Amino acid sequence: MNEMTTIARTTTLKDWETDQEVRWCPGCGDYAILKAVQRTMPEIGTAPENTVFISGIGCSSRFPYYMETYGFHTIHGRAPAFATGLKLANPDLDIWIVTGDGDGLSIGGNHTMHLIRRNLDCQIMLFNNEIYGLTKGQYSPTSRVGTTSPSTPYGSVDRPAQPAAFALGAGARFVARGFDVSKELPNVLKAAHAHKGAAFIEIFQNCIVYNKDVFEDFAAPKGAEDRQLWLKQGEPMLYAKGTKGIALDADELHLKTVDVIDGDWEEAGVIVHDVTNRSVAHMLVEMRFGEFPMALGVLYDDPRPTFEADVVRQNKAASEGKTADLQGLLKKGQTWTVTEGGPEL
Amino acid sequence: MATAVEDRADNRQSPLSDAVVVRFAGDSGDGMQLTGGQFTLSSALAGNDFATFPDFPAEIRAPQGTLFGVSAFQINFGSSAIETAGDAPDVLVAMNPAALKTNVPQLKPGGLIIADEGEFNDRNLAKAKYDANPLDDGSLAKWQLLKLNISQLTMDAVKPFGLGNKEALRCKNMWTLGLALWMFDRDRQPLIDWLNGKFAKDPNLAAANVAALNAGHAYGETAELAGPLKQHHVDPAPVAPGLYRTLTGAEGIALGLVAGAQLAKLPMFFGGYPITPASAILHHLSRLKEYDVTTFQAEDEIAAICSAIGASYGGSLGVTSSSGPGIALKGEAMGLAIMTELPLVIVNSQRGGPSTGLPTKTEQSDLYQAVYGRNGDAPMPVIAARSPGDAFECAIEACRIAVQYMTPVMLLTDGYIANAAEPWKVPDLESYDDFPVEFLTEVPEGGFKPYGRDANLKRPWVKPGTPGLLHRIGGIEKEVDTGHINYAPDNHQAMTDIRKAKVDGVKVPDQVVELGAEGGKLAVVGWGSTFGPIHQAVRRKRAEGADVSHVHIRHIWPLPANLGELLKSYDKVIVPEMNTGQLKTVLRDQYLVDAKPVNKVSGQPFTIAEIEAAIEEALA
Repeated sequence: MNEMTTIARTTTLKDWETDQEVRWCPGCGDYAILKAVQRTMPEIGTAPENTVFISGIGCSSRFPYYMETYGFHTIHGRAPAFATGLKLANPDLDIWIVTGDGDGLSIGGNHTMHLIRRNLDCQIMLFNNEIYGLTKGQYSPTSRVGTTSPSTPYGSVDRPAQPAAFALGAGARFVARGFDVSKELPNVLKAAHAHKGAAFIEIFQNCIVYNKDVFEDFAAPKGAEDRQLWLKQGEPMLYAKGTKGIALDADELHLKTVDVIDGDWEEAGVIVHDVTNRSVAHMLVEMRFGEFPMALGVLYDDPRPTFEADVVRQNKAASEGKTADLQGLLKKGQTWTVTEGGPEL
Repeated sequence: MATAVEDRADNRQSPLSDAVVVRFAGDSGDGMQLTGGQFTLSSALAGNDFATFPDFPAEIRAPQGTLFGVSAFQINFGSSAIETAGDAPDVLVAMNPAALKTNVPQLKPGGLIIADEGEFNDRNLAKAKYDANPLDDGSLAKWQLLKLNISQLTMDAVKPFGLGNKEALRCKNMWTLGLALWMFDRDRQPLIDWLNGKFAKDPNLAAANVAALNAGHAYGETAELAGPLKQHHVDPAPVAPGLYRTLTGAEGIALGLVAGAQLAKLPMFFGGYPITPASAILHHLSRLKEYDVTTFQAEDEIAAICSAIGASYGGSLGVTSSSGPGIALKGEAMGLAIMTELPLVIVNSQRGGPSTGLPTKTEQSDLYQAVYGRNGDAPMPVIAARSPGDAFECAIEACRIAVQYMTPVMLLTDGYIANAAEPWKVPDLESYDDFPVEFLTEVPEGGFKPYGRDANLKRPWVKPGTPGLLHRIGGIEKEVDTGHINYAPDNHQAMTDIRKAKVDGVKVPDQVVELGAEGGKLAVVGWGSTFGPIHQAVRRKRAEGADVSHVHIRHIWPLPANLGELLKSYDKVIVPEMNTGQLKTVLRDQYLVDAKPVNKVSGQPFTIAEIEAAIEEALA
């Protein structure tokens, strides 16, 4: 392992921009996410040389080329596996995985699941645009039923995956949601980075060419307060300017929306967000938009020991008191010596 | 055998006098692999040279008594150089009817069958699809038959220890081993010590097993006068003085990889996924943490190689290992390692294919996959090990090429090498040249070029975390020198040419002739685990005066620079392979030589006799 100390360094947004021409479609939500990340990095205070962006394949996966850090644009769906090897080789690196709904949940769903369950310390940004953009618009595993696309001219029939629910089900200790143009996105990214372990962030991203405005119903600025529930640790789950809230139906064990009269949320039974409450987190990730507002922000955050730390610890413990005597290892086990007089033990 | 061949006289083996082939066969649960392993150790201590061939079913606990549940272990030991596990056994120990039925056809005429008649009951005979008891109906007349009720004799021997029926019968293999030790005049003490160590927690069970071993031995002494059983002493083989151990191919690979990483002064990262017969390498390495080895059992074959590439990117020596089907899954990631020019060692323990094929049987049918099996023009060095001891050397060589050229390297071994054991003269590590890696740590004169190159066409290796050298890599075509994304026609041509030139330029030793002369009537060209039978067959034919030579290729890609001229110096070239002619295709393509295939794809290694027949035919 490398001995490396992380030196907090003062940087500006410019320090995180590469000289490479950004090649996303004009107006793509990815631009906003890129800016949000570049704006967040100086606030986190890590060094660019200690930061690695790893991606798979797809529009989102071009991301590393635009970050002035180390970057590895790998193969479709496998970014988590590269990240695992890299982090085990050098646990001091700050690793960000950039993936999409097709890359991270379809071809790479297996790796996403195992990275999360192992709890490798990294940030996973899953750009969810509910479509395959780079291959020209086929429906994706998060597309809604009935999505018409070149491969589903009569509409898709399969039910979509829910990324945040998938992550929590895989054992995630940090699950958050944001969307491309949201001003809150940097705060979500900062919380993800502050979490030691696998931090899963679903970022709704507008594909203006193949799935334009598919999130407009909750992401549009107009009326946003009625459709977005921004979760804050220790604060009641209120939206619509405090006139509505989320309460628990204790008999049926599900969440419900309630009206809050004169700001008395306690009277209305609105629950206070506790990021460490896994049971409520399971309900939040399943909360259906329409009937409910879209739950955004940090839905769940309760760290556990990380995979790479446990591996390093075990490697150390297993090596304790042993010397790396390779010549000795070659001679290990049952040996015999052949002399002029013949073999002997 | 790689270690001591040169030190031995080039004499033809006389199987009856100085080499014996014994095959232990029984039910999967009868402990035949253990019996064989311990008999192997005893052979080593008796100073015999040997080669072994474990032959077991893919099923872990196949239904008792069935034909497909038979597990066998063959050992060939002798007082001169032994290079194969032997063509046909001289002695067959059959623990049940199924073991007899599946193994007796290979037994030499006149060979000895030792059968546990206690297991030849109606039920077991029916399971083995025998209409009549072969021990009684004269069908085994061309062999010598010794019927013993080993089950009952074992029960009697262990009676004082009060074991349950099932436990008592488990001692059968030790009774059998005791008899075998007597037959070949072997010292029992090392086995007794081993048993006492193995069952240290249960001294009663240890004592029972020792009693069974002693009873088997005593039976031999007593029965000698009466039956076909004769004691046979095999003299020690003349081998070079030194320290020896037994080594399987999986051990050879694991130790060689550790040695390679240490010679490169790098930590090793091994990403693997369970698959037969490659898992043993993962098992060995996962116990070697103090050698700066990190092992990772990934969620699948793809993650295994991708994690290894990720580790190489981070400055470790990434290694992954699998067998054919798993190697197929890793193909795309190999392409990425080629494109990003990162060092990586991929070990393929070949097995019978295609698809799931014959998981526990051996084959050499992944040569095309190794040399050609990726999308795009994706050249990669390929090395093939010929024996367990050679696997150690090849693993070091694979590590060297990977780091000196920044390239993935495929190391081919096979199920036969992986499981077979041979005596190995422990090498002196001081005699190996190290090849320490130098990472690029600061901007060189003329500026930093992530895809700039040295004399080997190798690009610099920069660890993430290094200030001043930030850059991005990936699978999209790279611009010459800068490594930026570039799809331009001229650039792709240039980069494709560079990748090819780099691998073509890997320095490999000139091809030597293993046995015989440069030039002549016939060359038998082999690769991998066919070394033993080819070598012995060529030796025998040369002793009879035939003009035949043995050429064995380690560097499959790139091929040794002198190989074309060497092959053209023979009138004829035959290529025995456990596939339908894959190296043959490569040789024809590269050199326009009329290489003739000699093929066997039965899941079993070539016999010496089969190669001899091919030589005779070629020279006729």
